[in-house]
Amino acid sequence: MSKQADPQTQAAIEVEDLVTHYGTTRILDHVHMHVNTGEIMVIMGGSGSGKSTLLRYMLGLHKATSGSIKLLGHDITKINSQEMDHLRKNMGVSFQGGALFNSMTVGENVCLPLREHTNLDENTIQIMGRMKLSVVNLGGFDDLMPAQLSGGMIKRAALARAIVMDPKLLFFDEPSAGLDPVAAAELDDLILRIRKALNTTIVVVTHDLDSTFRIADRITVLDKGKILMIGTVEEVKNSDNERIQSLLNREARHVEINADEYLKELTGQKE
Amino acid sequence: MTGKKVLRTFTEKLGKTTLRGVEELGYSLALLVESFYWLLFGFRRSQAVKPPSIFAQMMHIGIHALPIVTILAFAIGMMLAIQGIATLKTFGAESQVVLGIALSVTREFSPLIIGILVAGRSGSALAARIGTMQIAQEIDALRVIGISPVRYLVTPAMIAMLIMLPALTFFADIIALLGGGIYSSLELGMSLQAYADRTIEVLKVEDITQGLYKSLVFAVIITLVSFVNGFSVTAGAEGVGKATTRSVVLSITYIIIADMVFTFFLTH
Repeated sequence: MSKQADPQTQAAIEVEDLVTHYGTTRILDHVHMHVNTGEIMVIMGGSGSGKSTLLRYMLGLHKATSGSIKLLGHDITKINSQEMDHLRKNMGVSFQGGALFNSMTVGENVCLPLREHTNLDENTIQIMGRMKLSVVNLGGFDDLMPAQLSGGMIKRAALARAIVMDPKLLFFDEPSAGLDPVAAAELDDLILRIRKALNTTIVVVTHDLDSTFRIADRITVLDKGKILMIGTVEEVKNSDNERIQSLLNREARHVEINADEYLKELTGQKE
Repeated sequence: MTGKKVLRTFTEKLGKTTLRGVEELGYSLALLVESFYWLLFGFRRSQAVKPPSIFAQMMHIGIHALPIVTILAFAIGMMLAIQGIATLKTFGAESQVVLGIALSVTREFSPLIIGILVAGRSGSALAARIGTMQIAQEIDALRVIGISPVRYLVTPAMIAMLIMLPALTFFADIIALLGGGIYSSLELGMSLQAYADRTIEVLKVEDITQGLYKSLVFAVIITLVSFVNGFSVTAGAEGVGKATTRSVVLSITYIIIADMVFTFFLTH
């Protein structure tokens, strides 16, 4: 399902044959995935499908069992931590709960990457921080503490921090979780505007179907650690895969009940 | 449960606990080495440890603890004097109480009690803060921004603890000796000046430095135990509470065991 790589749309992210474990349990099973530069790729799947796990491995937070993950041409499973630090300047991440540092103000949160990675003077750093806050419509809120913000504001502040270094890669873990439909739609718009302005490559992990169909260029559908399908919104909608259709139609899973097993379980005879 | 099953369960539990203990020890030592790596070589990777972060920790651990340390140290000094004089009276050797107070304060009680206080006060605060950050994914956020959590969190706390714990111990030495002195001078009719002279006479530099070396070891114990427990929190708020409690209990236990080992080797 991956496009032919051509010089203009060379893959920004390449996941090849990724296998991961948690203890002895296999979580991701030979996952292949490419994301092209400037593309918005949504990773979808049911609970326990491994989508958040895939994101965590792409972010370099864990060591894979086997396979390779290339970000902007660098294989993060092979580079040393110094090179990884350098690569991280081009990555922005927005975690599920925002993951703002609760001991700092919103402004300090947003400016932290600038303070750590650049030698800019304080004034410039503050101006850049405020600029990014106004992009996400949080202008003037830089002196508040995260605890004083609403859920939607926390997400937007986290986004401001993720884009403060104008990264080439942006990652979102469940961006609309906990948001009302209006706030979720506003966040979708922000994501689209950022991609348009900076040609950022964006990976979004979500199970919000409305957001997915609004923003995705392509969708990766995961189930039980395996890729079911990678395709455009239309291709996924028209897929005749049973599992994908039940995901899209929000159908409850059918659990097969074996009468004998059930009886054993009820009477405590199951070993 | 049959006797055999009880024994098997007990052995399994013992094995699991030992394994976890060894794992934690290894992890703690790795953390210790890494925290010093960042202190010495961080600047090469554009991740120098920033002095303001160390000073902030020093304020929390040391300066803000001065009131409680003063009260505790004073009380300990007095307690030693009361107990000492009462006991030595039976031998008619009350005058020896000055030596007794001086040695037991500097070599034993001051480092031990201050170590336990800081473990309960700053150790729990550290573990709780790190545990809360862990479940809010703030530690992951640091990593993806390209900030080493060890460099940003552990090293400043470790350096601050290594500076402040001996400083607090020394401060406690003085206050405890004063407390003991006040009671002794009242009870034995000697002047405070005479008490001070006698104390300086009997105290050797090694007595004080022994206590300070102990406090250095306690500082490392408290910092490592707090961070290891904080980083390993997985459940929600309940997990943070459990980790904090475990951190304080383990810190105090290791401090007392280390104290015992230290004292044995220093007196042989």
